[in-house]
Amino acid sequence: MKKSVEAYTLEDRKKHIVVKEKNKEQGIKCDQHSISGAVSQRACVYCGARVVLNPITDAVHIIHGPIGCSSYTWDIRGSLSSDSEMYRNSFSTDLQERDIIFGGEKKLAGAIDEIVESMSPQTIFVYSTCVVGVIGDDLDAVCKQAEKKYNIRVIPVKSSGFAGSKKDGYQAACNAIISLMDDKEYKIDIKDHRTLNYLGDFNLAGEVWILNNYFKEIGVNMITGVTGDSTIEKLKKAQNASFNIVQCAGSSIYLAKMMEERFKIPYEQVSFFGIQDTANSLLNVARLTGDKKIIRDTEVFIKQKKADIASILQKYKEKCAGKKVAIYVGGGFKAISLIKQFNELGMTTVMVGTQTGRQEEYDTIKELAEEGTVILDDTNPTELQKFIKEKGADLLVGGVKERPLAYKLGIAFIDHNHERKLPLLGFEGAVNFAKEVDLTVNSPVWNLVREG
Amino acid sequence: MLENTPKEITKRSALVVNPAKTCQPIGAMYAALGIHGCLPHSHGSQGCCSFHRMHLTRHFRDPIVASTSSFTEGACVFGGKSNLKKGLETVFEIYNPDVVAVNTTCLSETIGDDLTEIIRDTKIPEGKHVIYANTPSYYGSHVNGFSNMTKAIVSHLVNDEKIIENGKLAIIPGYVEPSDMSEVKRILKLIGIPFIMFPDTSEVVNTPNTGKYEMYPDGGVTVDEIKDLGNCEATVAMGKFASEAAAFELEKKSDVEAHTIKVPLGIKATDDMIMKFLELTGKSIPKELETERGQLVDIMVDIHNHYHGKKVAIFGDPDIVIAMTEFAISLGLIPTSILTGTPGNAFEKQINEMLEQAGIEDAKVKASGDLMDLHQWIKNEPVDMLIGNTYGKYIARAENIPLVRLGFPILDRVGHSYFPSVGYKGAMRIIEKISTAFLDKYDMECAEEDFELVM
Ligand code: SF4
Ligand code: SF4
Repeated sequence: MKKSVEAYTLEDRKKHIVVKEKNKEQGIKCDQHSISGAVSQRACVYCGARVVLNPITDAVHIIHGPIGCSSYTWDIRGSLSSDSEMYRNSFSTDLQERDIIFGGEKKLAGAIDEIVESMSPQTIFVYSTCVVGVIGDDLDAVCKQAEKKYNIRVIPVKSSGFAGSKKDGYQAACNAIISLMDDKEYKIDIKDHRTLNYLGDFNLAGEVWILNNYFKEIGVNMITGVTGDSTIEKLKKAQNASFNIVQCAGSSIYLAKMMEERFKIPYEQVSFFGIQDTANSLLNVARLTGDKKIIRDTEVFIKQKKADIASILQKYKEKCAGKKVAIYVGGGFKAISLIKQFNELGMTTVMVGTQTGRQEEYDTIKELAEEGTVILDDTNPTELQKFIKEKGADLLVGGVKERPLAYKLGIAFIDHNHERKLPLLGFEGAVNFAKEVDLTVNSPVWNLVREG
Repeated sequence: MLENTPKEITKRSALVVNPAKTCQPIGAMYAALGIHGCLPHSHGSQGCCSFHRMHLTRHFRDPIVASTSSFTEGACVFGGKSNLKKGLETVFEIYNPDVVAVNTTCLSETIGDDLTEIIRDTKIPEGKHVIYANTPSYYGSHVNGFSNMTKAIVSHLVNDEKIIENGKLAIIPGYVEPSDMSEVKRILKLIGIPFIMFPDTSEVVNTPNTGKYEMYPDGGVTVDEIKDLGNCEATVAMGKFASEAAAFELEKKSDVEAHTIKVPLGIKATDDMIMKFLELTGKSIPKELETERGQLVDIMVDIHNHYHGKKVAIFGDPDIVIAMTEFAISLGLIPTSILTGTPGNAFEKQINEMLEQAGIEDAKVKASGDLMDLHQWIKNEPVDMLIGNTYGKYIARAENIPLVRLGFPILDRVGHSYFPSVGYKGAMRIIEKISTAFLDKYDMECAEEDFELVM
């Protein structure tokens, strides 16, 4: 008995899909909870919080809950550290039945005691998961008490999975970060106009380092990535920046706004993916310093960098041009920058989907997209298969769960998520990106896959 | 990464550092995938489901789908009844599975949703089935989840009455790879024994590439076969922790005699399995299997000196670790640190008996342990090799010892879902891995004058 699943599309889902047509007002339904029974690709609040906070390298991250939530997030994100590796360990209270019945506060306090005794950390983040939200443990109280007892920071992160979506997790994380930053001892009186923080980058494959090198060349000074390769101390100094730049807005715009309010640090959104975006963003940074010399140096630097990579990029472009791409990623911002990058390589995007894109982002996507492009919100494998086939995509960009799907369909795949191994940021990243596209799209294995 | 692990061991009772287990639903999901045309359904928030799918996807490198009730705050206050009812409707309407296997999560368990009642109240389309298992993660581990869902297959689908004896053996392979299930099936066929295997994930999570995505691949035990389980001669359950509960359930329900053996990993456990098959069916051992066994013994003789007397640490799921420890002893290795994250006194008892019989003293043995325990033991009593899942790589690197990957999950190598570890062939493969790991390390690190062509 063999069934191939028809392209069933549930009525409810239809509003989450549009096909771009010229001069037509088209709205997409987004920003909503997945419907019950869907094979949704979405993650939870806790997952979102963990994404943002995990790269703080010298912190201990304790997951207060049953073991699973902690096991699945153990060292799965490729955030790199130049210093401590503490953050890569998995700490959990592994709640048991009796804790569920009698409450888990005691166990949490015990876990903090034990970790202080064996590893003497300076800062501990305590994440609550769904169950903790339901049994009603007073996280704040336990954390406060531990802070007093040990004279260290113990910061609660309220991230019960059911209370919203991944985005709410980002917010919970941002709240935790701002509470950490607000430390008067680290405040300096006169700010240097050349100092900035770089928000919304988690140093996957060392991307923060690439950008930091650029900054050194053009004469600006990065206090810290937030949170890529950050330490507690660096985050406390972040309040002294003259301005903030934000790469991944979905996760970090909220923090930027809070920092503006609390520390009077203005912010600007940037993107360092793709050559044009990188160049524009660097110039933007230079302008924000208001320093004529920096602006001039940046212009020279960009010119030089572009020249350095032009010939190699051209080679890749020749090999990749004309191929069709399907995109399915977490945030809308990333989708937008990917469309542009594929354009730079002469490739066409035929399908774009996101898990948590916002309305404005979908509007931009529609503007950028070619006629006939399918645009989706929070989709599932059946829909993905249908549109990939229909549109004849040669390449899918997605996350962990999409990789085997693409391979089964016999098309190439790129992970633009936390499993990427090569940095894709900046000028070097543009080359790596082209290289990865070429590596997969032009592999001989696809010739072996029979057409289904 | 493990530079913070202190050598000095202090007692921990609240904190788990670097777990050697994960939660029940993922095991339940894996078991459910061993039913043909089955969609696992996670009754809880979407986050859990997403994590479980992601983890299985990483291990098998095949698309793993499951649906979820997608709890919101409302569900937590009013219960998840409407989410599940709506969820099941949606699932049958869009994804059209033969069977939906519902597992609970910590959240729905804590809220106290009564699955029996909810599902009784749900309209299930003609000819379709819903089975369910309670899988709270604050009890046990992923192995219990597997066991619970395997048992649920029996409770919910097997026909109550024995109609006619079907002359088959019911085989429960345990929480092993699809390749292991195929190997057990191959052995059964060689002996000429008719059987029904459940769950059977071969050709579900290691499907061939056809250029097409099948939501319900060819493999898996069918509902008709499951219904027929009550007519089997006897059940052979492999692995006490993962399989015994379902065998007992079948015995209780349909009077099919339950026999629990080890997961057939290693020469002795494979011998035991084959003896059990012969004993239950009166068949005799075919020439091919005798040859395979002879080849295995030959390899063991040829290279016993590569690893004799070396100390090993073994960790992972209890059924696998128990069998692997027995195998290690038969190879002349000395297991000195043996650990599972899954709770259960039976584990420690069985391992200690084996060690005692082999005259191995002062070994550390622990159930409900974590990898910080294991690392600290190794710091105090160094070993030459680590055998376990991918998570062992941190310790292997920190202590510069080779890791032989075995068990679940394996997130950084391929092959496990295509080549067996069970049976005589599987034993040969494990020996090859152990020997190669030692020799590769030696070749890279030995002094120039010790570097040899023939080893
Ligand atoms: S809440 Fe429970 S079921 Fe969900 S991932 Fe965590 S431990 Fe597993
Ligand atoms: S229990 Fe909640 S917090 Fe944990 S994985 Fe599931 S949805 Fe996320």
